[in-house]
Amino acid sequence: MAAKTLAGKTVEVNDEGFLLNPDDWSEEMAPELAKEEGIDELTEQHWKIIRFIRQDFKEKGQIPTIRRIKNAGGVPIKDLYQLFPEGPVKKAAKIAGLGKPQGCV
Amino acid sequence: MKRLLILGGGTAGTMMANKLAPVLEDSEWQITLVDQEETHYYQPGFLFIPFGIYNRNDVIKPKRDFFPSNVEAIISPIEEIQAAENRVKLTNGKVLKYDLLIIATGSQIAPEETEGLTGEGWHKNIFDFYTLKGAESLRQFLKFWDGGKMVVNIVEMPIKCPVAPLEFVFLADWYFTEQGIRDKVEIELVTPLPGAFTKPIAAKFLGQFLEKKNIRLTTDFNAARVDGANNKLYSWDEKAIDYDLLVTIPTNMGAEVIGKSGLGDDLNFVPTDKHTLQSKAHENIFVIGDATDLPSSKAGSVAHFEAEILFENVLRYIEGRPLKSAFDGHANCFIESGFGKGILIDFNYDVEPLPGKFPLPGVGPFSLLQETRMNHWGKMTFRWVYWNLLLKGAEFPIEAQMSMAGKKRQ
Repeated sequence: MAAKTLAGKTVEVNDEGFLLNPDDWSEEMAPELAKEEGIDELTEQHWKIIRFIRQDFKEKGQIPTIRRIKNAGGVPIKDLYQLFPEGPVKKAAKIAGLGKPQGCV
Repeated sequence: MKRLLILGGGTAGTMMANKLAPVLEDSEWQITLVDQEETHYYQPGFLFIPFGIYNRNDVIKPKRDFFPSNVEAIISPIEEIQAAENRVKLTNGKVLKYDLLIIATGSQIAPEETEGLTGEGWHKNIFDFYTLKGAESLRQFLKFWDGGKMVVNIVEMPIKCPVAPLEFVFLADWYFTEQGIRDKVEIELVTPLPGAFTKPIAAKFLGQFLEKKNIRLTTDFNAARVDGANNKLYSWDEKAIDYDLLVTIPTNMGAEVIGKSGLGDDLNFVPTDKHTLQSKAHENIFVIGDATDLPSSKAGSVAHFEAEILFENVLRYIEGRPLKSAFDGHANCFIESGFGKGILIDFNYDVEPLPGKFPLPGVGPFSLLQETRMNHWGKMTFRWVYWNLLLKGAEFPIEAQMSMAGKKRQ
């Protein structure tokens, strides 16, 4: 486990840079985390998804799947891939300060 | 008289009926089981049909042959589960009140979830092998195919039997070799996963097999749509893969009635406690097998291990005792690797597949994470075990919880 400084605050992260404690996160950290994922600017559309998955995580206790972001969050899957290329849920979860989404088995 | 209602008479539901019928007091409990189909399918056998190893008769039997005589079996689709009222409405109009409900409605493929998949190529040069019809249509196609590019694609996870796509490409490599056309067939496995399998050590081990067998692996591919007119598979980020033959493992979903009844997640799987198998929303509802949302494999072996824990918890619930948090995600899968050999993996929520001997530590006869002839015979013998022992709820010499004995940490 490692620590890093985001928006002036030291937080614990895992070896892939995912925050260990979602409560450490603040909105000011998101742009820095986004840069690590190759996203230079967070638009209002990005924020809509980040806020949705934070809220859904708070309510359900787990990171929503891409299908849930589509159904409950109302964001088409195609847009998700444009906003967060390659791994939308993984990238969005990292930027939103949540852990790494649970892999399937 | 109280009623214990089981929805679904597949592997999991049939096992539960057979375990509970002999022990619940007949004068106190009526066990009722509902299923929409008369036929029981041995689903692990579908894999062998495209290659002519099994045919229809090897994989079907009447469901009723496996239900205990004191269980009331009703063949009907289910209209709605009304959990707040503790009742289930059947499509035939009948309403069944229950005191305890076991949901075992399984999962099925939903090819219509992917744009273009069920379009013009469907069952012409696009096939599934998760249904008997798909597997039989693919058999007909392969009989006359003289080669080209075969793409095997997992649309999205989770899927039933996550090793089946690997087994399919291994068997295909063997089949085309036997047919003398292996040099004319290109095989490509296209998966949304980052490797050949979900867990790292097994992914690496199985990845080497793909390489050895000259099967191309394309990872991190999230299928979005199929252009059947031009034989192209597209990802959400517009990568395209050409195919002559597309074997698809479509999106897997729980039963529609689960979604309609407001009991499911976005894939109609029922949110379930991963250790007790109790539904998260209703304390008198339990869930088993592919119908759950557990982070375990969707497979018969998992349902079998779950059945032992659920049996115990149903009795505890009835007697008002606390439930046992004992299910550990245990899965045990034979992987056919072609040419009369097989690989065996044994794992749970926390421990990934490791090498070793199974079930007797140091002895076997099966070898974990190794390719042997004995493992292949284990798989072939399993069909007999399934029909004659497993469905009937017989005790096995394998513990429900995974054991570390006989496994080697790496």
